[in-house]
Amino acid sequence: MLKFRIEKVPAPFWMRILIPVAAVLVTFLLTSILVLLAGADPLKAFYYFLISPLSSQVSAIEVLVKSTPLLLTGAAVAFAFSAGYWNIGAEGQLYAGALVGAWLGIVLQGVSPVVGIPLMILGGFVGGALWALVPALLKVKWNVDEVVTTLLLNSVILFIVSYFLNGPWRNPVSMWPQSPEIASGTVFFKLIPRSRLHFGFIIAVVVILVEWFVLARTSLGLRMRAVGLGKDAARFAGIPVGRTMLTAALVSGGIAGLAGVGEVAGIHFHLIDAISEGLGYTGIIIATLGALNPLGVGISALFIGLIDTGAQSVSRALGVPSYLGDVVQSALLLVVLGMFLLQNYRIRRVQPSAGDNVTPPGALAEEAKELR
Amino acid sequence: MYAVQMRGIVKRFGDVLANDRIDFDLEQGKIHALLGENGAGKTTLMRILYGLYHSDTGEILVNGERVNINSPKDAIRAGIGMVTQHFTLVPTLTVAENLVLGDTTGITLNPAKIERSIADASQRFGVQVNPKALVRHLSVGERQRVEILKALYHDARVLILDEPTAVLVPQEVEVLFESLERLRKEGLSVIFISHKLNEVMRVCDRITVLRDGRVIGTVEKTATSQIDLARMMVGRETFGVTRQGERARGEALLRVENLGAIDKKGMLALKDVSFEVHTGEILGLAGVSGNGQTELSMILSGMIKPTQGKVWVGQRDLTGADPSQIGSAGMARIPEDRHASQVGELSVAENLALDQLDSFEKGGVLDRGRMLKNAKQLIAEYQIKASPGDRIRTLSGGNMQKVLLARSFSRQPAVVIASQPTRGLDVSATEYVRGKLIEQRDRGAAVLLLSEDLDEIMALSDRIAVIYEGRIMGILDVREATVERLGLMMCGTC
Repeated sequence: MLKFRIEKVPAPFWMRILIPVAAVLVTFLLTSILVLLAGADPLKAFYYFLISPLSSQVSAIEVLVKSTPLLLTGAAVAFAFSAGYWNIGAEGQLYAGALVGAWLGIVLQGVSPVVGIPLMILGGFVGGALWALVPALLKVKWNVDEVVTTLLLNSVILFIVSYFLNGPWRNPVSMWPQSPEIASGTVFFKLIPRSRLHFGFIIAVVVILVEWFVLARTSLGLRMRAVGLGKDAARFAGIPVGRTMLTAALVSGGIAGLAGVGEVAGIHFHLIDAISEGLGYTGIIIATLGALNPLGVGISALFIGLIDTGAQSVSRALGVPSYLGDVVQSALLLVVLGMFLLQNYRIRRVQPSAGDNVTPPGALAEEAKELR
Repeated sequence: MYAVQMRGIVKRFGDVLANDRIDFDLEQGKIHALLGENGAGKTTLMRILYGLYHSDTGEILVNGERVNINSPKDAIRAGIGMVTQHFTLVPTLTVAENLVLGDTTGITLNPAKIERSIADASQRFGVQVNPKALVRHLSVGERQRVEILKALYHDARVLILDEPTAVLVPQEVEVLFESLERLRKEGLSVIFISHKLNEVMRVCDRITVLRDGRVIGTVEKTATSQIDLARMMVGRETFGVTRQGERARGEALLRVENLGAIDKKGMLALKDVSFEVHTGEILGLAGVSGNGQTELSMILSGMIKPTQGKVWVGQRDLTGADPSQIGSAGMARIPEDRHASQVGELSVAENLALDQLDSFEKGGVLDRGRMLKNAKQLIAEYQIKASPGDRIRTLSGGNMQKVLLARSFSRQPAVVIASQPTRGLDVSATEYVRGKLIEQRDRGAAVLLLSEDLDEIMALSDRIAVIYEGRIMGILDVREATVERLGLMMCGTC
């Protein structure tokens, strides 16, 4: 009788790199089923998802535009996760940064961009960091679960933003819930004229590179990773765990805030309720897909940006619902998580040995009966 | 008539042979003790009997018939119940609800019927419980009674108790022993796992002693004594490492005064512990695991704070200090759990530098060149079979330990706290570690060695202290310490 046994064996290096690629393939296989159900051709769908956005200069630029906030939220989440701080509040921290950006856009009338843009960057960072402060303190001082606190604060900031947009900042003429246009000195200038690609993209790339450097090359980065990979061992080695986590949480919030201010200053030029539709949560997918490595995060952000851009053409061309893109992304996260878990296990066949008491007595009796 | 017979049981965990062809016979209606130090294999053997582990070879007979126990469900069906050290009760449910958890007969629950059958079992076995009480409100002793009743409720005829008195206060121990007497009268058979000689001699009829996975012997209580059992438990007269000549001892450097601590369960783990370690000596702390060594080791590494008492290194008061302060005071710590004190996913070079990152950075940026040089040097010096870039968790246990030693000893510490430093290591790694400890002592460090391996303690120590239930039972010079004396102290008798 054959028996199988599950063994825990750490995954080799090459497998770890292939996992995201394999995950993408598996995800597309799974979502093909949905596409077929929607009455469309999966291969055509994936052409529109993956190939067609890159086929024209206009849509290629759009991919970069869509990737800009994703690079930042992905970087934000990855930074926190690296230290073992599960920041689910990137969405709210993004809004906080956007809120500060909108406010600065109102009060900084008549300043030059040389002053305005750095202030916007600073303001967005500070806004996001402040919004991340309370959950971080609760975690460090009283070990309150940060998943819960950061997640719940996301709703709170949405209502705060809504208050401002429907109240003091509401456009008095159109009665539309959007803040006043930001001052011209606070606008993120366009990188390519007559396109939507703005300075925020440069900021995002710089953040990714700096984050890589910090995590890989500085003592703070090593401390953070030690805390994230082995909290007790880090404490044993004398690393101040609480302070390290706090730093990670605040910087993470700040980076998410940068995503928010980028959307305000680079895309919309005012604040609206729908400035982010899950960008912070998508950041979690991106961080996971990139295995918390900033360079992996960069690639994943661009990839998700690609899918986002492609999702629109898919729905237009094939008539499948536009939220198929969201489904693909969520399925991707689940598949990646599953693979990260399973990569450490093997199924081994066990040959029963001579004196093994594995064969159930019942089977022997059955055989005996047959022989008779 | 044998209630349970285990024949030729062999169980391996990787390199470790936990059970080495063990034969164990439980006579019906008797209380049979399974005696041995930690790691002797007692719990492994009983887990095999209860279906939590599968033996590699061997067979089990219940009431003379061969049975195949693949899970606790099979064991329960065979009439075997087990009460472990970690209770499996749900605190927010009542006693009655806990008892019927896992009972798969029928879909509906009849609360009145359940309570009646519990009251019946309670009375029959003399185990007093209140079926309506919430487990959360019960004392540890009461919870244990619920666990015992749970086994009886499922018609156990064989009861395995794993170190039952470990969590009880003396009065509750009396109640437990009374219950066991009653159970024996009802015809139940009991397997009593313990390392406490006095209790075993009180309540058990037969005793099987295990050491290093092998049965040393099975004796009737009437034919043996505590001294005989101690000798069987702790073993040989000859030791592996030859002793060096006499060393001159210096002054007391590490002083521990009236230390008290509580463990994770909130029970008192250390009670008024005081001792000193002098420069140029190894003080060995002997004792079966679970008697407070872990808490002592964690206090001295700064991972937990004592509830009372003081820790001095020279003139510095390090009571309640955190790990970085303790490290900078010149204390090297070799922790019990080498996996929990190194970050498995980080490289050898990174772990070697982790406790002193300040000396490896320039303005916040890591000087990886220096880390690499440091790693290469230590790898050569300590004969670590690894490259600087290897992830720590890919290293063997022995090499992981060498990394820890390299990190601690390369700083020329004044005090060394070594907890179970050779646990789980092969012969050559063990010899290496022991040699290094002696080297540190010869250098003039004050070394505190906590070990469950009595051979190791006797071979390396200049003085030996014994800890039992959180108290220091005595401190002997190594020349006065005999195996019997130490064994008795380790089991609670002086």
